[in-house]
Amino acid sequence: MPHLAVERWARSSDFGPDDPIVLTVEGTHGLLIHAVTKAAAERGARAGARLTDARALDPSLVAVPADPQGDAALVQRLARWAGRWSPLVEMDGEDGLRLDVTGVAHLFGDEWDLAADVQTRFAVAGLSTRVAIAPTAAAAWALAHYGHASALVCTKDTGAKLADLPVAALRLPPEANRTLERLGLKTIGLLAGIERRSLARRFREVDNPVDALDRALGRKPEPLTAVPAERPPRAALKLEEPATHPEAPVQALDRLIPDLVRQLQQRHLGVRRLALIGFRVDGSTAIASVATAIPSREPKHLQRLLADKAAALDPGFGFDAFALQADWAEGLASAQESLVGDPSGEQEVARLVDRLSVQLGPEKVRRPQPLESHLPERASGWANAVSSLRGAKATKQSSGGDLDCFPRIKSGVAMTGARPQRLLDRPEAIAVVYATPEGVPRRFVWRRAVHDIARVEGPERIAPEWWRQPSTARLRDYYRVEDQAGRRYWIYREGLIGDGRGGLPEWYMHGLFG
Amino acid sequence: MAEGLSLVAGDESRAAYSPAPGAAPGAPLPGARWPLPAPPGPTLSELFAASPRDAGWVGFLLAQAKRSKPLLWVQERMAILESGRIYPPGLGSMELIHVEARDARAALWAMEEGLRCSGLSGVIGELWGDPQVLDFTATRRLAVAAERSHVPCWLVRLGGTANLSGARMRWRIASGPSIANPFDTRAPGASAWDAELFRARGAPPGHWAIAHEADSFHLVAAPGGGALGEVERLRA
Repeated sequence: MPHLAVERWARSSDFGPDDPIVLTVEGTHGLLIHAVTKAAAERGARAGARLTDARALDPSLVAVPADPQGDAALVQRLARWAGRWSPLVEMDGEDGLRLDVTGVAHLFGDEWDLAADVQTRFAVAGLSTRVAIAPTAAAAWALAHYGHASALVCTKDTGAKLADLPVAALRLPPEANRTLERLGLKTIGLLAGIERRSLARRFREVDNPVDALDRALGRKPEPLTAVPAERPPRAALKLEEPATHPEAPVQALDRLIPDLVRQLQQRHLGVRRLALIGFRVDGSTAIASVATAIPSREPKHLQRLLADKAAALDPGFGFDAFALQADWAEGLASAQESLVGDPSGEQEVARLVDRLSVQLGPEKVRRPQPLESHLPERASGWANAVSSLRGAKATKQSSGGDLDCFPRIKSGVAMTGARPQRLLDRPEAIAVVYATPEGVPRRFVWRRAVHDIARVEGPERIAPEWWRQPSTARLRDYYRVEDQAGRRYWIYREGLIGDGRGGLPEWYMHGLFG
Repeated sequence: MAEGLSLVAGDESRAAYSPAPGAAPGAPLPGARWPLPAPPGPTLSELFAASPRDAGWVGFLLAQAKRSKPLLWVQERMAILESGRIYPPGLGSMELIHVEARDARAALWAMEEGLRCSGLSGVIGELWGDPQVLDFTATRRLAVAAERSHVPCWLVRLGGTANLSGARMRWRIASGPSIANPFDTRAPGASAWDAELFRARGAPPGHWAIAHEADSFHLVAAPGGGALGEVERLRA
């Protein structure tokens, strides 16, 4: 995809196709041109040149910042999409994809049809491509980048096809290219004619043109870098006939779990995320998935987690196969907790968290995760228990094993004032009688009831976090107050009179003391 | 400076001197240690907050909480909206698992699940009002589950009425005027509660004004007397 950056940019801009646009990146000595449109290229702009040099040639060039990260993300998406042609896809450089199409071409007709299909589909996506199919990866790269046509297929006689290409097509480092050109070896054909020994002496091991040539011609293997991922533990069950009974998934689950647990035992793994996939006869699937707080391969626990969700799977026209797959597994060494076999307290709690999270939703079952902040509502963060239980344990152990709820607040933020036991999610506005401008509150009205303040402590002043909040955020003066009945509250006045950030300060109810 | 202040903060500052008006003859004097009427084993206790806007009961529960194991705290959504979400920085150091339940049914289910897990130090569940699902059977189930797994369970009722229940202990807790603050007479001091045990198995009901200090509860001047601060001021 030689024009990837420009074409991606053009899809989301309102400039016409004939405008001279250059995309720029920050270089060491000013802006460098990253990519150019056709119009800009005609006016002398070249990728890699300095923007100032190009402007000297034509001052009417329009410079736009490039987005290399966005381009890389697009290439990654395209690589996944290119799985439609071949199972083995690799990102090659910034703007290339390499597909292993061995034994694939006949599915699309022949190699030419395959190349045409690739070009058409990329063109539909708005991207121009140069496609080359060759017996070796290096030869395909050379033909795609330096070939005379945008689609080339070379099934045999690679050497002859490559002979006319410049030596740069061998993908050597620039210094090696320069050396070769100084020697007068401008094309691959010329290079191939030289005696190997005299050539090999002049180059280092890594950028040896003889090696590169060997790779292109298939005399030397080029190792494949795309390694297929290890398959997740998976158990499958095929049914003789489609089943529509709602009990079917649960029964399938009962049969699949022992199989999966055996695999997990062999590989010393424990499940963190587990999915039961039901394959319907009409080619669709239904998935029920659960997560666990600590890795587990306890059959009863897994069965209990999934049973309810499995029973709720919609069979449609009937399931004819089931698969139970551990989407995420972590190492779990075989261990015996105690002689009698009772699970430890930690395991029990983790299982409780799993069950609660499955039933109520993972975001409803949480653990405190404190943050270093003076703002009360920020200081008490919450994290989903199902994903943080393990981390909390690890932190606890590393901090000496004490039952510290706030492992991260040790030396940083000192907890100065008293904090309430309950905090309203959203501070509620209250009407307060107080001695202006900064006197203590005497009486307040909260939710239509009057509270006469008997005792008060404060203020504890908490300034806004200017690095996060807008400049109009006002400081808060917190007061701990006790009304006549002895109920104690945490109220605050937001702002000061004349602080230039709004009118009269407002009062809010924020917390309740126990 | 600090030493001088800490002298004032001595043990005596907690107690008032006259027995509460109307107290039965022979009743323990304020300042005495007060043994928490406790059932023989971990069980279900029901606790009625005097008002949804009174969170005094939190301190009463936290004073009893064991902090060796995680605590499961279930809050119904309405309870969070009306009287706030629990705030870990104010709870002291404890391992905590917080559950936000959609309604009373979900809250009761989560509590019962928690009671089946012996790795917890306790289960606290807050319900709002008088939900339909909270009948005698539901509370009885909780009580049986708590006794079977030896996990104490507190069912907290916010804005509810004391209807039929299987709870072994039933409390009504209100905040009382706090005991004198040794450092600042105008500031609130340590919490005090007006605790009423109106139904209990194996213990006589009663009504006390108590405060918690150094791992035990103590009696303070009777609620409503409000004499504590004044006595302190007179002494000072």
